[in-house]
Amino acid sequence: MKTVVSRDQVQGDFVKKVAEISGENFFNCYQCGNCSAGCPSVNEMDLLPSQVVRYLQLGLAEEVRNCKSMWVCAACMMCQARCPKGVDISKIMEALRVLQLREVDAKAHIDVTDFSEDYLERAPQIAMISGYRKFLPL
Amino acid sequence: MKYPYFPGCTLYTKAKKLDDAGRECSRRLGFELDELPDWTCCGATFPLVNDYHIAMSGPTRILADTKDQGGNKLVTLCSVCFNVLKRTNHVMRTDEERRAKITDFIERDYHGETEVMHYLQVLRDDIGFDQLKEKVVKPLEGLKVACYYGCLLLRPVKEIGLDVMENPTIFEDFVRALGAEPVEFPFKIECCGAFQTVHSMEVATRCSRDILNSAKNNGADVVITTCPLCQFNLDDRQPEIQKSDANFTTIPVVYFTQLLALALGISPADLGFERNLVDPLPVLQAKGAISD
Repeated sequence: MKTVVSRDQVQGDFVKKVAEISGENFFNCYQCGNCSAGCPSVNEMDLLPSQVVRYLQLGLAEEVRNCKSMWVCAACMMCQARCPKGVDISKIMEALRVLQLREVDAKAHIDVTDFSEDYLERAPQIAMISGYRKFLPL
Repeated sequence: MKYPYFPGCTLYTKAKKLDDAGRECSRRLGFELDELPDWTCCGATFPLVNDYHIAMSGPTRILADTKDQGGNKLVTLCSVCFNVLKRTNHVMRTDEERRAKITDFIERDYHGETEVMHYLQVLRDDIGFDQLKEKVVKPLEGLKVACYYGCLLLRPVKEIGLDVMENPTIFEDFVRALGAEPVEFPFKIECCGAFQTVHSMEVATRCSRDILNSAKNNGADVVITTCPLCQFNLDDRQPEIQKSDANFTTIPVVYFTQLLALALGISPADLGFERNLVDPLPVLQAKGAISD
């Protein structure tokens, strides 16, 4: 992939907003890949967690906004625990998802009617509550 | 000893067996779980973005209620509640601006005075595993147990502080006190897929498969957990895993309080094993943890 990086892009509003609400400094990351190695959702991701951070460093807003990775992150914090530079990628993933839900795709991404009676009877409340909190605009 | 206790929503219904066994065991071990009056749900997620505070109002109210009851420790059994309350309390203690915003909103005076504890910590730090061992009437000898920690009981380590990050041992020490044998397995701190089970179910299925296979390959008879969401994922995903992997053999997943209850001589008939999808009774009987 050929990528042109410009100052405007690196200092763009979207990237600034992600940094602001996640509270994380992407530039601490030196791309060791520990986060991607330990991530349990990585099979379902299109961009590795370390790539998401790299793209944010380069200000590639569109690529990051359209990635699937933020939607399959389970917020298990393994990336945060293993990052030698103290970057909490679970916060970055949440920031990306929250911005998408607020600004672009403001609808519920799970629907209770999709589940069978049997499933709902067995699923613990915490699954539904945390699911709704993660995949609804807030 | 009397501890203010926060059961949480799931322990009143789907995970009632985690709660029932925990309460009964506490009586037998000489401490009392004193349920907070008028408690609300903790919200089941700690907000990971800095500009969303409302999710912390519920947990803060619970923590302030504990303080107002005169309790300084608040005990939980559920890993999710533990994580949400503990992290919210950390914000109350360390972030003046956010604390002011939240406490002003709920009109309470609270500065993080409550100490949030997991039931396992009460057993380790206040009762002592040695004391626990002495109270065991039916040692679970020969039972090989995979201690599954998952995420929320441990991470982030700096805020949670239950044990070390990569190789925690509190759960294994607990199992040894019951006379059972903990097995080491590399997936003990991995994630089960958590809430992705209601969004991208394939994540939960694959994560659960890897954890269960790792436990079985290291000789476990049973997996134990503290978390109703882990228990659900690990137990309920097994038929789905079998569909894609004919060689997959099932393994029961039970709550740690159910195992504790068996060791303390509580009848298995009172422990709600019938709600498990993979029946734990055959293996518990075969290993002598339950007498016929």
